[in-house]
Amino acid sequence: MSREMIIGAVQRGLKRGPLPADQKAMLAGRMARPPRHLIPARGQLDHEARVALFMMYVEREFGTAVRLPGLADVPAAVADYLARQNLAPALVASPHPDLETLPFADTMLNVRFGVSSPRDAVSLTHAFAGIAETGTLMLPSGPTRPTSNNLLPDNALVVLPAAMIFGCYEDAFDLLRAAGGMPRNVMLVTGPSRSADIEQTLELGAHGPRRLHIMIIDGEG
Amino acid sequence: MLLTTEAFKQNATGAMADAGLQKALARAKPQFAKKRQAAMDKLPEFEALRETAKNIKNHTIANLDFYLETYAAAVEASGGHVHWCATADDARQAVLKICRDAGAKTVTKGKSMVTEEIHLNDYLEANGVTPVETDLGEYILQLRREPPSHIIGPAFHLNREDWEDTFRKVHTDLPADRVFRERRDILTEARGKLRQQFLAADVGITGANFLVAETGSSVIVTNEGNGDLTQTLPRVHVVVTGIEKIVPTIEDTLALLRVLARSATGQDMSVYTTFSTGGRRAGDPDGPQEYHVVLLDNGRSGMVGTPFQDMLRCIRCAACMNHCPVYGAVGGHAYGSTYPGPMGAVLTPMLVGVEAAGQLPNASTFCGKCESVCPVKIPLPNMMRHWRDREFERHLGPPAMRYGLVFWGFFARRPALYRLGTRFMAMGLGFLGAKRGRFSYLAFAGAWTKARDFPAPEGTSFFAQYAARQKAAR
Repeated sequence: MSREMIIGAVQRGLKRGPLPADQKAMLAGRMARPPRHLIPARGQLDHEARVALFMMYVEREFGTAVRLPGLADVPAAVADYLARQNLAPALVASPHPDLETLPFADTMLNVRFGVSSPRDAVSLTHAFAGIAETGTLMLPSGPTRPTSNNLLPDNALVVLPAAMIFGCYEDAFDLLRAAGGMPRNVMLVTGPSRSADIEQTLELGAHGPRRLHIMIIDGEG
Repeated sequence: MLLTTEAFKQNATGAMADAGLQKALARAKPQFAKKRQAAMDKLPEFEALRETAKNIKNHTIANLDFYLETYAAAVEASGGHVHWCATADDARQAVLKICRDAGAKTVTKGKSMVTEEIHLNDYLEANGVTPVETDLGEYILQLRREPPSHIIGPAFHLNREDWEDTFRKVHTDLPADRVFRERRDILTEARGKLRQQFLAADVGITGANFLVAETGSSVIVTNEGNGDLTQTLPRVHVVVTGIEKIVPTIEDTLALLRVLARSATGQDMSVYTTFSTGGRRAGDPDGPQEYHVVLLDNGRSGMVGTPFQDMLRCIRCAACMNHCPVYGAVGGHAYGSTYPGPMGAVLTPMLVGVEAAGQLPNASTFCGKCESVCPVKIPLPNMMRHWRDREFERHLGPPAMRYGLVFWGFFARRPALYRLGTRFMAMGLGFLGAKRGRFSYLAFAGAWTKARDFPAPEGTSFFAQYAARQKAAR
């Protein structure tokens, strides 16, 4: 009943009945081929400039980013990062094919593949895309990308192929559409978790990760 | 919380005398404006984006019935459920039913102004379901049983001492002599407490910044990550939001996101911007099994086609209150409404009636700053003027103000009489104040002269001088 009341009230306000079929078709067409709006110039750079801008904004938002020659370099880079942060060499990794095939055996890392529990201090995940205009990661959910792994551990380590760094959000969403449409959950993540609720003063690590470290992979792996 | 908009005047006087509040306001106010300006400076396209954002919202409102139906169909197609609710009571009952069907004892909540608007927490509690606020600011307010005083920084009226006192009083399982050396220690304690709640909750309730008609997605924007934990860990996710949050497509949403965080906190992008579409899919290792949207009207559809239609563009960024001299002087609680500041002064009479909230549109200096910073260009001062008209038409103001306006209006519509009157007034006051050159008390203006002196007029009125000069120039 509420549905009819609300729609009816809106139509009364607009001083018309339901839209005629041709106008509905026009609006449906706009949704089927969504027009892009103004995209800032800084979201339209070439590849090298995109990667540089992405890294700059990640660091300005209190994350860290490094470039690695190939996927095979990830385990050593992870081990090194954890040692430098004085963290135990253990982590939960998302069951993504690019991560499952990494040569972890060459390191002392204790890796468990699956969904993180509140006891995991470190996660390793695989980003679908990066967006240069604000240093943002696109992390969709799916069988190879549990959402919890982006949120529960205190330290979020993320693998991102350099080729997947786009200028603007629109490019990343187009690719997501092409890959089969909206998954259950798509997170756009810009820096580590924070709050300014106490006296307007920024503190990192509110409910999500305190540290966000992004490994950008240049080669094919 | 009871609405106390009738008491705005008393509230404001109290707020001005509240040392703790004044300390918090003095600290926060310049920050908001500075951060927003810094974000503007880094994006030359910002002004053009405001126009884009306004146009997207106007297009949506002009076709709101179509987009609402399309959105609902898309939610159902992705396995979710839409609960249409005409009134606050419908929405409260819909949420309670979902909680009961899920056998929920506790629900975690992400920050949501719509759940504040419908006083959901009190209702759930009265019906045996314990709500737990997880946004840090909302969490401490729930512990203190206070309403939010700002739509994006709910606890910004509190000082550090208040946080420490409250945590000591409530977290009695922790050592009483623990020391909070830094703000971080306060944050860490809350994080620990809330982790347990996230894991124990059966239902998670969030609001929505946008509802995307194209995909049936709800979008939340947070910095803490509490909203994401709220909608990821429990078995059931409930989105409670208003019908005006509809946006046609992802592209439209992205254009609005480009102005939202910059206008709100001065960030280019908030830390977590998350699109949720339905419940857990085949093969998904986590996420909620059920996904519900409680879609609230509560007076919003009645704004379509009225002088207040543009208010439906509001994306709740808080830039208007962050730049408002009245909000800056008295804070959010004085308004006695869920929505304070200029946007609240326009929206509240629509939600609770001009009888109860008529004072709020008067709480403005009409400086116009709110409109100039609004990311969707809502003509807020104009709308407050409309409310003042209605308040006057319906004889809702105090008699002194009404008769004063009638008196002034009589002369204002008779320019010759007005000029004559002001000329005599200037002459009279000039004569009386010639000796001292100022008045420390004036009849009928006692409140004004209480804080400052009124300079005595010297010579003739503005109109007389203007006329004389025009004549001389010819």
